[in-house]
Amino acid sequence: MSDNPYIPRASEILEIRRETPIDYTYRLAWPAQPAPGQFFEVSVPGLGEAPISVCDFGPGYVEMTIRKVGRVTAGIFVKAPGERLYMRGPYGHGFPLEQFDGRHLVIVAGGTGLAPVKSVISRCVSDSRRLAGLDVLVGFKSPADILFRQELAAWKAQARVQLTVDRGEDGWTGPVGVVTGLIPQLEFPDKSNVVAIVVGPPVMMKYSLAALLAEGLTKEQIFVSYERRMSCGIGKCGHCKINDTYVCLEGPVFNFAKAQELKD
Amino acid sequence: MRQVALSIQDFDAMLAALCGQYRIFAPVAFAGEGRCTDSDVVRYAEINSLAQIEFDRKSDYSPKEALLPISEPMLHFTPQGQWVDAAPDDGRGTLIFLRACDIHAFERLDAVYLGNGPEADPWYARRRNRTKFVLMECAQSYENCFCVSMGCNRTDNYAMAVRRTDGQVLAQVRDADLLATVPAGAADCQFTPQFVTANDTTVDLPDLDRVAAAIAQGLFDHDFWKEYAQRCVACGRCTVSCGDCSCFTTIDAPKDDDPATVERRRVWASCHIDRFTDMAGGHEFRKDYGSRMRYRVMHKIYDYPRRFGRPMCTGCGRCDDQCPEYISFSNCVNKLARLLKEEY
Repeated sequence: MSDNPYIPRASEILEIRRETPIDYTYRLAWPAQPAPGQFFEVSVPGLGEAPISVCDFGPGYVEMTIRKVGRVTAGIFVKAPGERLYMRGPYGHGFPLEQFDGRHLVIVAGGTGLAPVKSVISRCVSDSRRLAGLDVLVGFKSPADILFRQELAAWKAQARVQLTVDRGEDGWTGPVGVVTGLIPQLEFPDKSNVVAIVVGPPVMMKYSLAALLAEGLTKEQIFVSYERRMSCGIGKCGHCKINDTYVCLEGPVFNFAKAQELKD
Repeated sequence: MRQVALSIQDFDAMLAALCGQYRIFAPVAFAGEGRCTDSDVVRYAEINSLAQIEFDRKSDYSPKEALLPISEPMLHFTPQGQWVDAAPDDGRGTLIFLRACDIHAFERLDAVYLGNGPEADPWYARRRNRTKFVLMECAQSYENCFCVSMGCNRTDNYAMAVRRTDGQVLAQVRDADLLATVPAGAADCQFTPQFVTANDTTVDLPDLDRVAAAIAQGLFDHDFWKEYAQRCVACGRCTVSCGDCSCFTTIDAPKDDDPATVERRRVWASCHIDRFTDMAGGHEFRKDYGSRMRYRVMHKIYDYPRRFGRPMCTGCGRCDDQCPEYISFSNCVNKLARLLKEEY
């Protein structure tokens, strides 16, 4: 049983970057390149295994931005560079970047939802000729929750980046309000050439999708990434099933024309 | 193939001969262990003699635990930092005494564990590849059975079929390994297993296209499910007793006899029981119990058929037998079929 798909492989933590007090980005040694939007099952022996999406990757490594919210992630947060996590994957279908060539891409992300689309943005800004335009709308709960501050600043050279927070704090001079509120202000020279990605908490996704449809986009022009509980990642455990669809196999990225049929 | 009449001693000699090659599972009545005072439970256990097998009653729980233990070691993480396969394997196959519906149930489990996704489940596959079925003929249909409606009353997928009569066992032996253990001098006879051809309970399965149309028109939000929100107590007995339900959750725990080693186990999980959809950050789906009933029923009669081509129900009726609130799956499906015809 050397090819047992449940056996994780060791991955050394190469680097840890603190994004916020509860969100750290881990650079993990990994020989193969995933696709943007795919995920891994990440293990901390003794604490368990959790599906975590790839936020970026490069030669010999993948990066994951992880929020300390549960048993496994708490176990990851006490690790230091040089220590190991255990991973299997990548799993699922990522974003169809090849379909975005020549299109005007709009990304609407809420909170940690920015993580699974970060590698899409970084690839698009590094090769901006492939897109007709790039809008990044991102919302966080508060200024303290902002992820990827340096990257957000750097992306502005190639993309229209708008950042808003649900509630401001002392010293915050940027926009305040939910990210959904930015959608009606978008301007496209050719609506039919737009493709959009929406990722974030369920409520944020619901209203962002409604706002994009209200702007005249079709469901086929919108992609979403779904997060669900999983124990296996390979279509056996049943936790992530919605209707006849397994999020681990057919997702986590779905075209909204398909995703709108998925009702938990 | 041979058809033989075996004395109890001869049959026990066969079982004894097979024990070396197979773990033999059969329904066993455990006196006084039922859910009510002084009641029995009939569930699957390893046996080595005919007298242990409960032939007359329907088992309360399905035979799936012969291949999918309720709690199963998957991997060990050793103090040396290695993940190793932890599933016990003594090299023996599995011989399961079971009824026609339960053979069909294993075919449903196969679709998930062997066929869904790019890779087969290694532990299920290893056991399943060495599994042989012994068909127990149903002398009659039992309470709540609706196998005929589900097309699962008959099967040809068995290595041996048996009928217990007074003082002997009639057997149709097809498998070469099993034939080799038939004691010399066993008398040939005429025996072909008979199948139940009618149940008291019948089920009208809704047409898939009609269900699809109804879902698009809001079936999931229909008041139809509210009854179950009030009646279901989310105990999960329906899914635990089901021969087709296949979900599991993995957990890590220190190995009992070696706490320095981590054991990753999987345990049965149920879409009716709390925490099935819980995610980091406190998100969850299907909080109300009516939506859990809807999810299970739709999985059985619509989602699974759409994906795998047939219902994920064989009509054994155990979910109806087990429900402490007397919720009937078959009745729910019939009411749903009526609703679809009347309102959609």
